[in-house]
Amino acid sequence: MTLADPRELAAADLGTALDEVPAGPPRGGFRAALRRLWRHRSGKIGGGLVALIVFCAIFAPWLTPYDPLKLDMIDRLQPPSWSHWLGTDELGRDLLTRVIYGTRYMLLVSCVATAIGATGGILLGLLASAGGKWTDMAVMRIVDIMLAFPYILLLLAIIAILGPSLVTALVAVGVASMPGYARLVRGEALSVRESEYVEAMRVLGAGNWRITFGTVLPNIASPLVIYTSYTMPLAVLSAAALSFLGLGAQPPLPEWGAMLVQSRSFLRTASWVVAAPGFAIFFAILGLNLLGNALRDVLDPKART
Amino acid sequence: MTALLSMEEVSVHYPVKGGVLRRPTSWVKAVDEVTLSIAPGETLGLVGESGCGKSTLGRAVLGLRDLAKGRITFDGQELKNLSALDTRALRRDMQLIFQDPYASLDPHATIGATIRAGLDIHRIGSRAERAERVTETMRQVGLDPSLADRYPHEFSGGMRQRVVMARALVLRPRLVVCDEPTSALDVSIQSQILNLLKDLQDELGLTYLFISHNLAVVEHMADRVAVMYLGRIVEVAPRAALFAAPRHPYTQALMQAIPQPDPARRTPPPLTGDIPSPDDLPQGCRFRGRCPYAMARCAEAEPPLLGREHRAACWLVEEESTR
Amino acid sequence: MSELLQVEGLKTHFQTESGLVRAVDGVDLSVNEGEVLGLVGESGSGKTITALSLIRLVSPPGKIVAGRVMFGGQDLLQASEREMVQLRGDRISMVFQQPKASLNPVRRVGAQIAELFIHHRGASRRAAMNQAVELLARVGIPAPERKALAYPHELSGGQAQRVMIAMALALKPRLLIADEPTTALDVTIQAQILDLLRELCRDTGTAMILVTHDLGVIAQTADRVSVMYAGQIVEERPVARLFDDPRHPYTRALLASMPVQGRVAPRLGAIPGSVPPPGRMPAACRFAPRCAVRAERNMTICTHEMPALYPVEGGVSRCWCDAPAEATT
Repeated sequence: MTLADPRELAAADLGTALDEVPAGPPRGGFRAALRRLWRHRSGKIGGGLVALIVFCAIFAPWLTPYDPLKLDMIDRLQPPSWSHWLGTDELGRDLLTRVIYGTRYMLLVSCVATAIGATGGILLGLLASAGGKWTDMAVMRIVDIMLAFPYILLLLAIIAILGPSLVTALVAVGVASMPGYARLVRGEALSVRESEYVEAMRVLGAGNWRITFGTVLPNIASPLVIYTSYTMPLAVLSAAALSFLGLGAQPPLPEWGAMLVQSRSFLRTASWVVAAPGFAIFFAILGLNLLGNALRDVLDPKART
Repeated sequence: MTALLSMEEVSVHYPVKGGVLRRPTSWVKAVDEVTLSIAPGETLGLVGESGCGKSTLGRAVLGLRDLAKGRITFDGQELKNLSALDTRALRRDMQLIFQDPYASLDPHATIGATIRAGLDIHRIGSRAERAERVTETMRQVGLDPSLADRYPHEFSGGMRQRVVMARALVLRPRLVVCDEPTSALDVSIQSQILNLLKDLQDELGLTYLFISHNLAVVEHMADRVAVMYLGRIVEVAPRAALFAAPRHPYTQALMQAIPQPDPARRTPPPLTGDIPSPDDLPQGCRFRGRCPYAMARCAEAEPPLLGREHRAACWLVEEESTR
Repeated sequence: MSELLQVEGLKTHFQTESGLVRAVDGVDLSVNEGEVLGLVGESGSGKTITALSLIRLVSPPGKIVAGRVMFGGQDLLQASEREMVQLRGDRISMVFQQPKASLNPVRRVGAQIAELFIHHRGASRRAAMNQAVELLARVGIPAPERKALAYPHELSGGQAQRVMIAMALALKPRLLIADEPTTALDVTIQAQILDLLRELCRDTGTAMILVTHDLGVIAQTADRVSVMYAGQIVEERPVARLFDDPRHPYTRALLASMPVQGRVAPRLGAIPGSVPPPGRMPAACRFAPRCAVRAERNMTICTHEMPALYPVEGGVSRCWCDAPAEATT
């Protein structure tokens, strides 16, 4: 072997890599993910359904001439028509209007309950992962006990303590979803804490607090978003079920579960009364699930094909 | 010259967990009574094959592993006796450059934030001063400072390794443990990084503990070389002496085993047999199972490091000197 | 020496989110009977994709889009999938970098080897098992009867690679493709495995394509060498010629950047920058942006036109410096 020309060495020996610059503007993982989501087929459908719900919730008063609560004894149990697209219920209220206003409760439930569950669960999970052996043991035993309860029983127990109302239902659904979050967060956080970039933070002198919230939390965001996409539809369904059992939102609120229970005796004579809130729940859950699947495909590189 | 870092009979043990209860059933001596020192401004090369404990020793120096035995002193202070505050202060003096530039960078932090982390943690300077220092350090490692808001996934392995170096150097450490800093890189990139490490040493007066499995790389980088085998130092000597006349049979074999880029010199494999598992070491010298010169004496007792400046843990060294 | 394998104009492309990646872009190779061809390149050079393309094991979104792979009078790219299944492991076999990942973790290694004899040669279970033990002994596994009953996780990395080699050479293939067979191993074990590969290929008359990034491994093992850069062959020479007198500037720079034992220089030669990312491949010579020779001689043709493979002593080189005078004008 011959050593290369000394001038060649000198030219190669700049010791810099300034010539190597990534193409394009700086891009975070987030925007790339959004772009991939937009290209995803079921992501488009799910996103569209969810966007429609949000739109309805915001612009409800402008979308319909009727009042969701005002009784109209003359127009009781009208089948779908040009003036009442989905018909009216047994108290003469326009069903489309109530379904549209119902989106507000649906969003309230899914966002607030999920926020309660996620915040509590994340804090518990991070505490378990960062707090040392005994803290971990204590937190996880509590989580295990909560998980050992049948889900619906847990909800009922919490409502029994707080009394039935919409707010109670929100809190109950939220609290019931905490242990799932806690367990997920602990597992993901422990594996991130094993990583070399966390070790690098330790070498730099970072404390537990900074490592947990500055490094670990951002790095478990993707699985958390995916998990949330699974729990949200469950929260909507649970809240509707609680209302149906009379333990959540109370009539005359246009909450879909409450609408169902109120009208269930007219199932045979005026099926549209039940169909309207029923299909509303169906499409809402479908939208959330499709969006969730798409999010998983987009954010989880292991599941991507 | 007084040593900047000295290790005295340092041992690190790992539990071997077994059974249903995952209780430790035995201990692996990953690092077994290692005594070494590094002078200020010096590069000590630490060579060995996978599982020999070289990375564990590097981590132990940084206080990331608990010592089963022995003591480590940095600049006259013993690491174990330091208060939490002093340990934090010490973090500024000792840094680590990782092997894998893909695993050791936080994928969700911009490279600017990654490099700045040390300054943030130790609350050094104002916001503007920190930004200034980040820019300066990025220039030193050959990174364009305008790339500070990019994410690691946008960079190649060599560029990422520069980020890893900048992160370590931003605190102006005195000792840097380089744990296989180029083994994950292509040869052409490896030489860029090795040259850069040398330049930075001259420029910043750094002391390196340079860990590698590659003897050729260590020869290029180190002033002194220590060879590790299954948790022990088997040979330690100034670079030139070691490469001119390796004394330990393991070092000799290691040198011969490196495939030379010279088709005219094709060498047969110097060693037969596998590396024994560190939790099941033979009695006596731990190399004797693979050693072409093994004698009866090797089975009886483990040789200590023999010799003065060029020391090797082999009974042959003693016989040579008495003859 | 007769030609065993001939590859012409092989192109394998990947359709990715960020565009078309020409991982292998017009590769020509040839392997003679019983010869060891070294295929050397850095990461991203396309050497592994080339090797996988030869036996059509490129996984989607990768696709072989052009070329011919002539083996035993047949174009493998035109063969049916069924013929390929017959061929792989029998007449052409492979050894991979991660031996443990290539072995079935829940089956005993002896049974995995024996299966080859049963499937391809119709041997009885007992005869196949005996042959498997014999093979294990042949590749230097101590206590082969006992190790035949071991599961892959009970083997060391070196032993697992020996088992992989045993499987690859079990049916005495005409060609062995070894993709970084020693990269995951320690140097002392690497030396043993390379020696074993060389020896077994010589004994069975098997030709080998040794894919590696390590020029040292190439120097110790190969007869002829093809150097790859950015999806193309840039130089192809007999091994002694390549190391004595490398022609392509990339090969030269690569050799200069290797730290060599016993030759301590204050600085190593380095190639500035890195391999261009797939989307921004130079249209002309792909090495031009990093090439010291181009910079020094201020050659403009390098950035305007792609050089072909020009004959040099013993082989070919893809560099305008080696082009005959009429080609450059």
